[in-house]
Amino acid sequence: MAAERPLSFQDLILELHAYWSAQGCVILQPYDLEVGAGTLHPGTVLRALGPKPWRAAYVQPSRRPSDGRYGENPNRLRSFHQYQVILKPNPADMQELYLGSLAAVVIDPRKHDIRFVEDDWENPTVGAWGLGWEVWCDGMEISQYTYFQQVGGLDVSPVSGELTYGLERLALYVQGVDSVYDLAFNDPHSPDFKTYGDVFLESEREFSAFEQDAADVGMLQRHFEDMEAAVPRLLAARGRQGQPLVLPAFDYVLKASHLFNLLDARGAIAVAARQSYIGRIRDLCRACAEAWVALEGAV
Amino acid sequence: MAQYLLEILSEEIPARMQAAAARDLARLAGEGLKVAGLPFAEISTFAGSRRLTLVVEGLPLRQDDRAEERRGPRVGAPEAAIEGFLRSTGVPREELQARDGVWFAVIRHQGRPTGDILGELAGSLIARFPWPKSMTSGVGSLRWVRPIRSLVSLFDGRVATFDIEGVAAGAMTAGHRFMGPPGPFAVRDFADYRAGLEKHFVVLDADDRKRRILNSARALVAARGLEMVEDAGLLDEVAGMVEWPTPILGDMDPAFLDLPPEVARTVMRVHQRYFAVRRPGETGLAPHFLCVANIEAADGGGLIAAGNGRVLSARLGDARFFWDEDRKLALSERLDRLEGVTFHARLGSMRARADRIAEAARLIAGFIGADPEAAALAGRLAKADLATGLVGEFPELQGVMGGYYARHEGLPVDVAQAISEHYRPQGPSDVTPRAPLAITVALADKLDSLIGFFAIGEAPTGSRDPFALRRAALGVIRIILDNGLRLPLSTLLADIASGAPPDGLVAFFADRLKVALRDQGGRADLADAVFALGDDDLVRIIARIDALADFLGSDDGANLLAGFKRASNILASEAKKGPLPEGAPVPVASPPEQAALFEAWRLCVPAVGAALATEDFSGAMEALARLRAPVDAFFEKVLVNSEVAEERTHRLRLLTAVRRVMLSVADFGLVTG
Repeated sequence: MAAERPLSFQDLILELHAYWSAQGCVILQPYDLEVGAGTLHPGTVLRALGPKPWRAAYVQPSRRPSDGRYGENPNRLRSFHQYQVILKPNPADMQELYLGSLAAVVIDPRKHDIRFVEDDWENPTVGAWGLGWEVWCDGMEISQYTYFQQVGGLDVSPVSGELTYGLERLALYVQGVDSVYDLAFNDPHSPDFKTYGDVFLESEREFSAFEQDAADVGMLQRHFEDMEAAVPRLLAARGRQGQPLVLPAFDYVLKASHLFNLLDARGAIAVAARQSYIGRIRDLCRACAEAWVALEGAV
Repeated sequence: MAQYLLEILSEEIPARMQAAAARDLARLAGEGLKVAGLPFAEISTFAGSRRLTLVVEGLPLRQDDRAEERRGPRVGAPEAAIEGFLRSTGVPREELQARDGVWFAVIRHQGRPTGDILGELAGSLIARFPWPKSMTSGVGSLRWVRPIRSLVSLFDGRVATFDIEGVAAGAMTAGHRFMGPPGPFAVRDFADYRAGLEKHFVVLDADDRKRRILNSARALVAARGLEMVEDAGLLDEVAGMVEWPTPILGDMDPAFLDLPPEVARTVMRVHQRYFAVRRPGETGLAPHFLCVANIEAADGGGLIAAGNGRVLSARLGDARFFWDEDRKLALSERLDRLEGVTFHARLGSMRARADRIAEAARLIAGFIGADPEAAALAGRLAKADLATGLVGEFPELQGVMGGYYARHEGLPVDVAQAISEHYRPQGPSDVTPRAPLAITVALADKLDSLIGFFAIGEAPTGSRDPFALRRAALGVIRIILDNGLRLPLSTLLADIASGAPPDGLVAFFADRLKVALRDQGGRADLADAVFALGDDDLVRIIARIDALADFLGSDDGANLLAGFKRASNILASEAKKGPLPEGAPVPVASPPEQAALFEAWRLCVPAVGAALATEDFSGAMEALARLRAPVDAFFEKVLVNSEVAEERTHRLRLLTAVRRVMLSVADFGLVTG
């Protein structure tokens, strides 16, 4: 490793791309819709279903409207970046592969305290859960590591292993910086050096205000209903090869899910109504999952 | 005699599951060996973050030959039945034995090599291991807590073979993930295994790990003039998260010392698994923390300490954000948000519950001597912190934070304290509130739950107690007893419920009190003997039980109890012949034993009455004790069932009266032990 100085934010991504590419992953681009986590990318949530092997890695900008701090908190962001890896079926040496990826970004487990701490992951809106850990580096959670057991409410076989790195946290660690906005985004010696704040601070400020204060609740509610209605319609429609339009239908699940998150951030979802919203999204997701499995299994 | 060693090496096992896993492994192995007819001297098991280990000492090299006798058809049964029996047993016809008109076959099982049996046993034990949560991995179907990576199975120095989904048992294991030479190493037996692990930076035994953590952590803090805030639960957990425990003392940004210390401690304990550190003799925290790393780093842990310190600052920074935000609104202004929080579908919102707790507190205040208005205020605000950001983030700080916010907004100190302590006691080791207002609100909170859930038919059944009502009732009992509160519990329940208390609730309290007594090593039958009197003043009930226990432990008490039972038996058997004579006993001149018993009874009645009136239960027992000698003498010399009708009548009246005065102290008939 030539890195005398710590990796910049973008070098971190490039190193992870190189590492996981060498492990046989397809390197995907972020999904071009608003999502709350890398898991929701169809490259994970749908590909984890059905019998076909699949290895993929990608960055996913993840929007969590309720976490917005108007750019005023050095550690909390409403939009952050997850590095997502999915290995299906999970190989026997997946933990070693993961530790290899830490070495690739210059985290030495003989100097830092790396730990696998129980954390059973679940995402109720997509009906998914698995067993695994949060991975700690000197007490900081830098990754989530999960063996999927169910997705879309369906048992999975084979089991996929999912790795999710919190890129900002990892970068804070690697660069030894206290505020996310001070992270070096590109090489500090490059002709036009940019910090993370240069790139994203204004966005954090504006979107925090939009998501928590300015978004039009009535519009969001109407849109949620529209997206919800679209899913069964698309699953009933047929493509040229006679298939249900699962991928477009799933897009509408993602849109509904994000609208729910916005409504939640606006404080427009009563506690009692929350479960019902989550249940509606889960049902939509399950319908897509079943259609996808039928399609994949039929090949 | 030989030894068996089994190690199941897996990916990281949750710390909270390890102790139970070690117990289950020992139990399943013991059961399996018994079924296989393999005697053994000793079973030990070990659990840690990556391995479960079983050692069985003193096994035979071979299973004993066994003969199994099987019962067949009767002699003279149809030929087909006998042939079927021969086929199923594999025994030739000439070896059948006839006994009592029935054919018996003796099947001889030749003992197998123990190693073969152990391999099978290990495989089946793994396949049905009772993890509370388990998973499948890859294309496999075995369920284990996390993927299994390797298996050691050694009997008497040789591999007892089996395999699990492609992992073959062998003699190789792995050491620490990051320290020591990489790659697996071979082991010969348990002693070699344990020493090999130590050499590869793995401490096998959880108790060893705990000892090492405590010893080196104490030394670390003592060198800085500090002490660690010891915490047995956290120690158990941390010892389950590391193979090579290495305590490291880190620094916390002193700027966070102005946060409530409970916040810092919760962040440390729950989120980061750090021990808090303080100066000896002080209650507040010192600006340090103790974390237990899994490696001994070359730099002495400086990087690890710095990294952990940064994480702690980030967490505390977020806590401070909520602490600052939360204090911008008064607790009373948060009550409306509780409208949207459901307590239970049939018991309404948390807002409705807050109102009920307020009213209950107002009523209880009268019995405790607390100010009813202050009680109602504290009761209404007790749950308001559930709508604050900090409690949303750290639910374990509910109540405590409400107390801080109440103090911050200038509410009276006793109101703040009542809010802070109203969940207490939260477990057997937690203390009960002592201040009148705190007692009042803590009782109101629990009684509202109990009355509400009993009223909608949600009383606990068997092992099901989803609303923790047993704990609530025990909390009420402990608060009453610890504070010596004189409360008519039934009246209080009726007042709060505005009517009769829900069915079964009073009996539930009696039952919980008995369980509490039994847990403290007391006798449940004495509780029955006292409850039969129908009292509902728990303090008085306990005083009576204590006095009764002392009395029955004395010679007089034990003999009088026997006399009571004898009198009861005589009266019961005479009652079968016709109604017992009514009326008070009268004095007689002879026999002298009857005269003496009459005199003793005559003196006993007012003495017992006077003692009970002043709740002097030992005095009441002493008064009863004076009956013992006359009762014994009476039964020795006097025939109750006299042929002279008048004598029989007098004697039955006397026994009835003696029994009655005893029953006024306790129902001795329910004393069994």
